[in-house]
Amino acid sequence: MTMTAPRPAQASAPAPAPGPRTTAKIFGYPLNAWYVAAWDHEVTSRGILARRVCDRPLALYRTGDGRIAALADACWHRLAPLSKGRLVGDEEIQCPYHGMRYNAAGRCTHMPAQQTLNPSATVPAYPAVERYRYVWVWLGDPDLADPATIPDMHQMSSPEWAGDGRTIDAGCNYQLIIDNLMDLTHEEFVHSSSIGQEELSEASFETIHDERTVTVTRWMRDIDPPPFWLKNMRDKFPGFSGKVDRWQIIHFEAPSTICIDVGVAKAGTGAPEGDRSQGVNGYVMNTMTPETDRTSHYFWAFMRNYRLDSQLITTQLREGVHGVFGEDEEMLIAQQEAIDANPGHEFYSLNIDMGGMWARRILERMMAAEGRA
Amino acid sequence: MAADHTPRWQDVTVVDTRDVADRIRRVVLRYDAPQPARAGAHVDVEIPSGEGVLTRSYSVVDASDDGRELALSVHLSATSRGGSAAMHALAPGAVLRATQPLQNFPLGVGAARYVLLAGGIGITAVAGMARTLAARRADYELVYVGRTRPAMAYLDALALAHGDRLSAHVDDEGTGLDVDALLDSIAADPRAAATELYLCGPIRLMDAVRRGWENRGLPATNLRFETFGNSGAWAPQDFIVRIPRLGVQTRVDANSTMLEALEAAGVEMMFDCRKGECGLCQVAVLDLDGRLDHRDVFLSADEKAQDSRLCACVSRAVAADTPRIGDVDAPPTPPSEPAVVTIEVT
Repeated sequence: MTMTAPRPAQASAPAPAPGPRTTAKIFGYPLNAWYVAAWDHEVTSRGILARRVCDRPLALYRTGDGRIAALADACWHRLAPLSKGRLVGDEEIQCPYHGMRYNAAGRCTHMPAQQTLNPSATVPAYPAVERYRYVWVWLGDPDLADPATIPDMHQMSSPEWAGDGRTIDAGCNYQLIIDNLMDLTHEEFVHSSSIGQEELSEASFETIHDERTVTVTRWMRDIDPPPFWLKNMRDKFPGFSGKVDRWQIIHFEAPSTICIDVGVAKAGTGAPEGDRSQGVNGYVMNTMTPETDRTSHYFWAFMRNYRLDSQLITTQLREGVHGVFGEDEEMLIAQQEAIDANPGHEFYSLNIDMGGMWARRILERMMAAEGRA
Repeated sequence: MAADHTPRWQDVTVVDTRDVADRIRRVVLRYDAPQPARAGAHVDVEIPSGEGVLTRSYSVVDASDDGRELALSVHLSATSRGGSAAMHALAPGAVLRATQPLQNFPLGVGAARYVLLAGGIGITAVAGMARTLAARRADYELVYVGRTRPAMAYLDALALAHGDRLSAHVDDEGTGLDVDALLDSIAADPRAAATELYLCGPIRLMDAVRRGWENRGLPATNLRFETFGNSGAWAPQDFIVRIPRLGVQTRVDANSTMLEALEAAGVEMMFDCRKGECGLCQVAVLDLDGRLDHRDVFLSADEKAQDSRLCACVSRAVAADTPRIGDVDAPPTPPSEPAVVTIEVT
């Protein structure tokens, strides 16, 4: 019988630096960062959305003039969940239990059976910004909440791109999804019927990074398009057949947004050099929000820059990617279960983990800057 | 970070003490680990005294860059209940029990304009807010009121840090604060509805601002204040409290509260916050010989005017002929006949 033993401690090695290890199986998350809490359409002035972000229960709603309110989902008084209450007037939320009311800034505006308001009565209100069809929240130090640091997902709301997406309630630590998206060689094995092909693990890739981004680039030249891409080529070039040059350019931006520039072009027409006119281009937009340390909200969309007016293609792509991502979800849940079932075992890394490991390093540094392990 | 309201008591070491104004002493506590302290935060400190261990709350004035050292500033009360005198007696090396920074007075984000109003030692609660707002490049002003210039802690440093945004009002220089003028200027500004006022000071200043804020129709939630429930219109003096139904009569001395005195007399009292906010310790006033000094923020001005209830944790009684604080130069002399409050409890 062979088994992988836990990595032995090396007596001669220097003591590891304090803080999370880069290969931690249950990876922490920085709080001084923007996370997507919801799709824009999920947050309304007609009801209250309860959602847990970074292990903090939130009550989300819109004021009468459309602003987003993101409050801690626990009344100041006895911690009853405000999300089970109701909206009153233009911007107030009323606790379902004793009728305490708060405004969008989390300040109590009404207390039952007394003429004054206790000056201490507030619930935490978190900075929230609507951008790129998502509602972003900041759970850390509000003085550091600069909307300019919201990860770039401009394809989501640009007139030059069309598409749609969904949310996966992923039963795994968010970093497992980052690992998944930063290394697409798994497509050959997990998605063999749609986008996988053996050239993925044969082609070399290049990884670059800076303070808050990581980019992994892979080109596969003169290959047969897998079924998903053949269909897309034929949407733009009816009747197309033949070889393609295929690209995957994975852009990670901290804390947990990954936009993947993907596409194929007729082989030899200059796509690697910058002329993509003979191809089809999509962007796989992914942003992952830790819900708990073992569950995540995984928001994704597939955007394209051709046949913008076709709702049929939008729907086909959304449902097609939904099917592909269902295969990832199944694997991620199984991986999380195996992690929890094998507590004495560690992660080991491969060359293909380069992108994911740089993402982990960036997140580790952000957590260290917050004084958190 | 998410608000953390659960106190974690720990040993801290006094590393520096010095006077920063008349009767105000700066005490720097060193913690084992960095303590994130946001503007408006306070720490609770346990102070051993002749009457047992007292718990007192002090605002965090500033912190060292590494977050391990928090500076408090303690006003020596003329009628110290033991807490402030013991804090003034601390020397470097002393070890105390203290909590991490706790937050009951959070500074909001996104207001169009901020006005910070501090009276006396109340500057300790808003100095950090001014620093935060300056760093945010927010539109703010700091209004600092004191009786005399030497009694105003940190005045020079604040002037240096905040320049024209600071206005100092000194009673004995004839530049005392005109509360109505300040509130008129807030109400007349086009941003009035988006102006937040943060207030920490003596109860009379707080009452005047609360009343004026309400009269001008400014949004109640934009007026934020913190009170540690320890200032009144009169200096504390001894008084008598009676509960005829229980056959209880006891003397509340100037260094303790009515709540403490009733508990010591064996009356089972209900309470929670012990700083005049929650209203659980309110008692019905049946009869009064003297005047009530309402020090809570639970009862409204109308309710206080009726004198039919009081919050036993902070409010007091004084003899009818006692001059108000600030009305005379000389410190009040103890009355020959103490006030008597006759109450009923639940």
